[in-house]
Amino acid sequence: MKNENAINIDREKGNFHYDTTYEFDAGIGLNERVVNYIADVKEEDDWVRAFRLKALKIFNGKPLPTHWATKDLENIHFDKFRYYLSKGQQPSRTWDEVPDDVKETFERLGIPEQERAFLAGVEAQFDSEAAYSRMKEDLAKDGVIFVGSTEGLKRHPEIFRKFFAKVIPIADNKFSALNSAVFSGGSFIYVPPGVKVKQPLQAYFRINAESFGQFERTLIIADEGAEVTYMEGCTAPKFETTTLHSAVVELIALKGAKIQYITVQNWSSNVFNLVTKRARAEEEAEVKWIDCNIGSRLTMKYPGVILKGRRARGEVLSIALAGDGQHQDTGAKMIHAADETTSNIIAKSISLGEGRSTYRGQVHIPRRLRGCRNNTECDALLINANSRTDTYPAITVRGNHNSVQHEASVSKVSAEQIFYLMQRGMSEGEAMSLAVNGFVNDLVKQFPMEYSVELKRLIDLEMEGSVG
Amino acid sequence: MWLRNNLNHQNGMRSLEVENLTVSVEGKPILNNLSLTLPKGEVHAIMGPNGSGKSTLAKVLAGHEDYVVSSGAVLMDGENLLELEVDQRARAGLFMAFQYPVEVPGVSIANFIRAALNARQGEGDSFDAIAYYRRLYAEMDRLGIDRKFTSRSVNEGFSGGEKKRCEILQMAMLEPKYCVLDETDSGLDVDALKIVAEGVDHMREDDRGILIITHYQRLLNHIIPDYVHIIVDGRMVKSGDKSLAIEVEERGYDWIKEEMAASV
Repeated sequence: MKNENAINIDREKGNFHYDTTYEFDAGIGLNERVVNYIADVKEEDDWVRAFRLKALKIFNGKPLPTHWATKDLENIHFDKFRYYLSKGQQPSRTWDEVPDDVKETFERLGIPEQERAFLAGVEAQFDSEAAYSRMKEDLAKDGVIFVGSTEGLKRHPEIFRKFFAKVIPIADNKFSALNSAVFSGGSFIYVPPGVKVKQPLQAYFRINAESFGQFERTLIIADEGAEVTYMEGCTAPKFETTTLHSAVVELIALKGAKIQYITVQNWSSNVFNLVTKRARAEEEAEVKWIDCNIGSRLTMKYPGVILKGRRARGEVLSIALAGDGQHQDTGAKMIHAADETTSNIIAKSISLGEGRSTYRGQVHIPRRLRGCRNNTECDALLINANSRTDTYPAITVRGNHNSVQHEASVSKVSAEQIFYLMQRGMSEGEAMSLAVNGFVNDLVKQFPMEYSVELKRLIDLEMEGSVG
Repeated sequence: MWLRNNLNHQNGMRSLEVENLTVSVEGKPILNNLSLTLPKGEVHAIMGPNGSGKSTLAKVLAGHEDYVVSSGAVLMDGENLLELEVDQRARAGLFMAFQYPVEVPGVSIANFIRAALNARQGEGDSFDAIAYYRRLYAEMDRLGIDRKFTSRSVNEGFSGGEKKRCEILQMAMLEPKYCVLDETDSGLDVDALKIVAEGVDHMREDDRGILIITHYQRLLNHIIPDYVHIIVDGRMVKSGDKSLAIEVEERGYDWIKEEMAASV
């Protein structure tokens, strides 16, 4: 089969940018001056400034995790990025008030259209700050808060501070420390007890500037018995230089609450995407991460759930597609910390061309617990002989009162399969796309419909672009 | 003279013409100077002993990359088939029912056939899902395939008979101009054979040519072919009508090989 052109991946939808002028620019490089500049621009309280400066020290003191992770991390030159860029304007509540170039960007990405069609609220971030943030009025009446993190810190410090950096401490890893030093943007969501937000809330993270780092910080709190679905999408134009995206996302599901967090990441192939995502699930709470990674140069992301309360449930459904020259290093963490907690991990990866996908899983069930269960399945699909897949499951289960189940498989799209599909009239790209969609189908069926359609479209684009 | 040329031309536009085809796999010659004309409206059967090159012919027609054509030509309605990619040949109207249909995990039969039909649609054509399912169910009913199969993954966990019926279902839905059935009867019990044969026979029509590649005569009890051709050692050695198939069934292929040897 003709795979020699596998490098021509189609990312045209997100591959454009505007020459924007920024009111606030922290300059190039990372130091105390930059951190203070960000705190000044945001007019932050002293505790936030102190938090940032402490984080910078921790970041500088921590080595890159190259003893277990890829050496490609050494190609990130932290002194070459711009860490804060904004137009210095409050997020607008109507699209008409959004500056033209920013508005056009989000229109081209279809965001206002999606908002009208099926979303309960939208936050649209352009480089460092939210340009647009709006939620349906009835949700505001119910006491739901959905704003950018900058606004959240200012207007709801009492809730924000109580939960902030509790699930993911500054020193969790080098990139969580980096984010803690320079974070800007991201969503702050609070859903009051018993309130069930029926339609998804969505954030869209857009990088427009070159040699830029985006460090959004998202904090979602679902109070007792509350339910919310949050969806994030992201794109960036393709630049010659590298772009850094390093987010921290913390979810807190209080007793009986349900949070579903959906990511469809389609970064361009110059983006280092190094994200820390973790949730805490209290008694009988349920957290589900649906994590789809299509783009980027290197993604390292292992969404996790700390199952803190009895009968809490955690789930990670993960799909990673590593195209030529890409490395998707993804997985999941399940930390069981109470009796009768259950977790489920299903990870599917597709490697094509020279693409590489790695699954890393951590499941921890200590000896003292009773009645905990974990199920882990990871399946890899290889599209040609050059692609690579690795699985690193780490399961520590102690005691005799818990059960785990782990299954892994590696399969290939065979030349005979493609021949069969092409004999039915499909082009090579359509044939591969159908085979890949078939591979992820049982997982995608569990996604909300709009996202499964979007994911299928992205896979089709990727596969169409991967053949000549 | 003019009349005859014109007629030939007309026939060429309504037939699958294999002309002096020589084919090898991994450097090993399989088909040797083989010729065959399959006009629309006719059913031809190709028989031959194991290893004679029957299935090779099917795969070469479909465009499998392992088979190298060193000389000869194939024209489908006057178009040079060998210049087309596998999918272009299929969209031009060539269908091959596989001897060993391939599993496509996670892709339902309904979505699979739909994708195949979509591939034939022009830019901007809309797809009528209701009409599609109506037709799909009608064809499934005819072939005795449970309607629940629409959501089953293509060929995954199917019995031999189910796989072959599914091939005929695809063939019926795609309405090809030329059908090549590669040992579709192998591995079928008597009842499945009858259903598959009836399915194929139902597709006989003036605008379609059908080529049945088979090892046994029994399929031809249900579908009476217009011509029977015998391939031995990659050569077309004998052609005749249905009685030739019966003769082969009774006497085997040795007598044909002896005739060949005598004629050299």
